[in-house]
Amino acid sequence: MDWKTLANALFPQGHDISEHENFLHGSATVNGAAVTIIGTTDHAPIGVEIALAQARAILATVRAHPGRAIVMLVDTQGQRLRHRDEMLGINSYMAHLGKCVDLARRRGHRVIGLVYDQALSGGFITSGLMADACYALPDATIRVMALPAMARITKVPEETLIELAKSNPVFAPGPENYLRMGGLQAIWDGDLAASLAAALSDAPSRDERSALGLARGGRKMAQPVIDAIVGSHHVRAA
Amino acid sequence: MSSYLEANARERLALFDSFEEFVGPAQRVVSPHLAQLNAPVSFDDGVVVGRARLGDYAVFAAAQEGGFMGGAVGEVHGAKLVGMLRRAVAEKPDAVVLLLETGGVRLHEANAGLIAVSEVMRAVLDARDAGIPVIVLIGGANGAFGGMGIVARCANTLIISEEGRLAMSGPEVIETANGVEEFDSRDRALVWRTTGGKHRYLMGDVQRIVDDSVPAFRAAAIEAIAAIAAARDAQNGAVGLTLEAMEAEQAMLEQRIARFGALPDPLDVWAAMGVGKPAEVPMLDVAAFTAAANPHRQGV
Repeated sequence: MDWKTLANALFPQGHDISEHENFLHGSATVNGAAVTIIGTTDHAPIGVEIALAQARAILATVRAHPGRAIVMLVDTQGQRLRHRDEMLGINSYMAHLGKCVDLARRRGHRVIGLVYDQALSGGFITSGLMADACYALPDATIRVMALPAMARITKVPEETLIELAKSNPVFAPGPENYLRMGGLQAIWDGDLAASLAAALSDAPSRDERSALGLARGGRKMAQPVIDAIVGSHHVRAA
Repeated sequence: MSSYLEANARERLALFDSFEEFVGPAQRVVSPHLAQLNAPVSFDDGVVVGRARLGDYAVFAAAQEGGFMGGAVGEVHGAKLVGMLRRAVAEKPDAVVLLLETGGVRLHEANAGLIAVSEVMRAVLDARDAGIPVIVLIGGANGAFGGMGIVARCANTLIISEEGRLAMSGPEVIETANGVEEFDSRDRALVWRTTGGKHRYLMGDVQRIVDDSVPAFRAAAIEAIAAIAAARDAQNGAVGLTLEAMEAEQAMLEQRIARFGALPDPLDVWAAMGVGKPAEVPMLDVAAFTAAANPHRQGV
């Protein structure tokens, strides 16, 4: 979905989001309160500059508008694959972005992520996956990498992965698989403005994704292993 | 000589005085996803987690096994890290020590691995917010890459060896995506000076560089915990994230792009920092290197 179409649907009371080199930034009103919007568009590769631009906008919100909610609009092909980014330490830039999201949340800012087009790998770990809760549109694509590349690296035939992807949420790119595994809170199909307003008032304060993955049947081992370690007992099969 | 590089994960636990494992291999908690790919499983899923004694400190710790799927994070592997970190929040050890050796997300469990890495990231920051310092050690052959290269930079202190590597995308991935002229993955010297311990130390992405030995990592980890505790007690440094610290990091990372972003090679970056004879940096031992680097390194 085009980001302007999306923004108009999410913020019917108006917004002032602008785009600069695939970086989205602005503000809008939801439930009568101002929110900060940051994000990326056009399947942006996340390089050091756009990671910093997002972090700067978050820190500015924390500094100037304590408690103001933050909405992250996600459309990325993942981290930028360039020697320059690695030389400059792109993992530090992405960690910085993730830490800024975490800081905002701890200081009382609700942070909601929305995958409106594509989310891949490192670009997703430090944005939507760091939010209090992450959502997606039904047509969104979320994955670590495409199945052909995955087949090449894992040396598992692509036909096998395609077949497995039908029954196992671990391999398939659709948002419903991330929903089953607890990585997404919900998929928004309907009134986007109402969905966002509800998400902002219901944001969980703790990371409950492994419990959601167990309850929804998409990740059956993670929560039992966590429970066994925290409770100092043997792993109880789901 | 007890090389850290050549040791496996369990041998590296020798840097602790004692170690009690959580959910050990006898419980045979293996990946639920590998069998259907006809891939081998490991009874510890490639990571050891537990509590340990480190000198005067009671710590929680994890050690990733690079020999099993490159130390990559799958559902169980990630859950063991998260479980250890959450138990640390409950039991308040003096520190958490992470012996990372990992390529990041385990592609065989792609989606579950991606979510798991983000859970680890949040659990690390939860531990810090609870006042527990997190120390990362990097000195294995597989380095710390991908999502775990991001997690590493969420720690309070990173300690690396010259042989250690810390980055995001592997050189092979970049070469595959954008060609050999973008990043020649077989140019070992280029790979080393782009991702290796000395470059990371000069850039300020890690706080210590040590010899490739288990005792050297041990000593540096103890010193790091002591330094963080001293700063905290003097109200001179928070263990968790603060707005001021993140604003300082923002400025540091912006300045890094401004100063070095147009340079083609780490050798040029080192020269721009003012390091004399940058071409000789690869030959220096750790003591000579730190002496040459300390007046010029960034992020101090």
